[in-house]
Amino acid sequence: MHRSDRWAAALGVIPWLLVVAPLMLLLAALWQQGQDALSLAFLLEDPRRAGRAGGIASVLLSTGWILTVCLAVAVPVGLGCALFLSEEVHPGSAMARRLGFALDLLAATPSVVFGLFGYQFFAITLGLGFSILSGGLALSLMVLPLMIRSTEQALRGVPLSYRRAAEALAVSRWGWVSRVLLPNAASGIAVGVILSVGRALAETAVLLFTAGYVLRRPDSAFDSGRALSVHIYDMAMNVPGGTERAAATALVLVALLVSINVLIRRLVRRPFAGVV
Amino acid sequence: MSVLTEAGGSPPSLILDGVSVRYGERVAIQGASLKVAPGELMALVGPSGCGKTSLLSAINRMAEGVPGCRVGGVVRLGDRDASGLGRAALRRQVGMVFQQPNPFPLSVIDNLRFPLAEHRVPRRQRDTLAEQALRDVGLWHEVKDRLTQSALSLSGGQQQRLCIARALVLAPRVLLLDEPCSALDPVSSRVVEELIASLKGRYTLLMVTHNLAQARRLADTVTVCWVEGECGCVVESNTCEQVFQAPEHPITAAYCGGEVG
Repeated sequence: MHRSDRWAAALGVIPWLLVVAPLMLLLAALWQQGQDALSLAFLLEDPRRAGRAGGIASVLLSTGWILTVCLAVAVPVGLGCALFLSEEVHPGSAMARRLGFALDLLAATPSVVFGLFGYQFFAITLGLGFSILSGGLALSLMVLPLMIRSTEQALRGVPLSYRRAAEALAVSRWGWVSRVLLPNAASGIAVGVILSVGRALAETAVLLFTAGYVLRRPDSAFDSGRALSVHIYDMAMNVPGGTERAAATALVLVALLVSINVLIRRLVRRPFAGVV
Repeated sequence: MSVLTEAGGSPPSLILDGVSVRYGERVAIQGASLKVAPGELMALVGPSGCGKTSLLSAINRMAEGVPGCRVGGVVRLGDRDASGLGRAALRRQVGMVFQQPNPFPLSVIDNLRFPLAEHRVPRRQRDTLAEQALRDVGLWHEVKDRLTQSALSLSGGQQQRLCIARALVLAPRVLLLDEPCSALDPVSSRVVEELIASLKGRYTLLMVTHNLAQARRLADTVTVCWVEGECGCVVESNTCEQVFQAPEHPITAAYCGGEVG
């Protein structure tokens, strides 16, 4: 290898280190603090004594419920809005600018504002109270701009040549969208879903206002429930001696994020769509 | 009714009468008139920007999808005014092949099943028709063992022949070819040229090309387009021999002689 190439290769490691090192440091710190609390029982048992004993099973269950409600709303609505933007709105048009401005504004809105709105609208006005449904719906509103923007970008990235071929064959709108557009944008859409899941799992403020923070297992979507992020916050800030369990819960949260990330990427890794 | 009974049949003449294409204030081509006899291949030649591709897209009404585009004049398939046909019916009768091979990112076989499914051809007929289309373009023996592999794994020339097969599978009567060989290497280009030559007689063909030698090899008739001011126009439409050996218009003589262009 030429000397300058060796230098270039060595320099190329720096950005990689800058990205990976903080993640490694964070995981190491969490591991150091929380490893003693981590066990299978920690995942399978419900919390006792305000979280000082037992595990996080009910918290995991509530998180799953909240995430399901959030994605059940955000994915189809986000996909529909993104399809409308990419298929019907000409880029650079006045409508595209206005809608883009509104989406950017929503994306930049602090989560606590979504929390307040979710509390007023879902919990009070619609009468859903502190519940998984209120939390999931408020979260879906918060992740919707992210979902729409990333999906729209993925849809606009599908080559124009495919569209022209479909037009020349008089392929129906549904045929174009279902057989060519969506399968080809799937990996980009998956990135949007992953980012939305990440943001939803990490969110605390919205859920404090809407889903509540009771520790018991929810019986239905109308029950209050505590999400992982709220549990981490509560253990770290409000429960004396809860730091170790907060770190262990954070490790579970990171593992969950990584698992969902890998799962979604595997699901959409398809070179071409199925049989007609 | 199946597409294959509604379309298909003997090739019609393709007549353009005073066709104009505008994009906003810009006129891509003005008052273009030409006639392609049934089963003949007409080459559409001329410098870049003279409106050849716009003229093709006016025939199958692809131009309608371009914001701000307006098309004037009359397009006839045989005795029938094409404006009286629905867009889907028109595009079933008038297939189109593009400059860049653009198979869908589906499997080889699904690239052919997909348009058939879209045009409601019964499922049991689709594979037979797909095989026939692949045989028609000389691709069957090359891909019969990898029909379920991605079409994007084929070579450029094979992809372009697959695109021609995809257009043929709907049994069109007219085929529009927009520089079908220009993105291919010489060997693939020759194979596609031979394929196009074999389609003459069965389909009415209108092919845009910048390659005058190719037009000379393949075409029965040649139409020369030119840019006057900023507006494209047809300057001469004649038999291949006439255009290359005894052109009527001085621009044709200069263009085909390589003096301008």
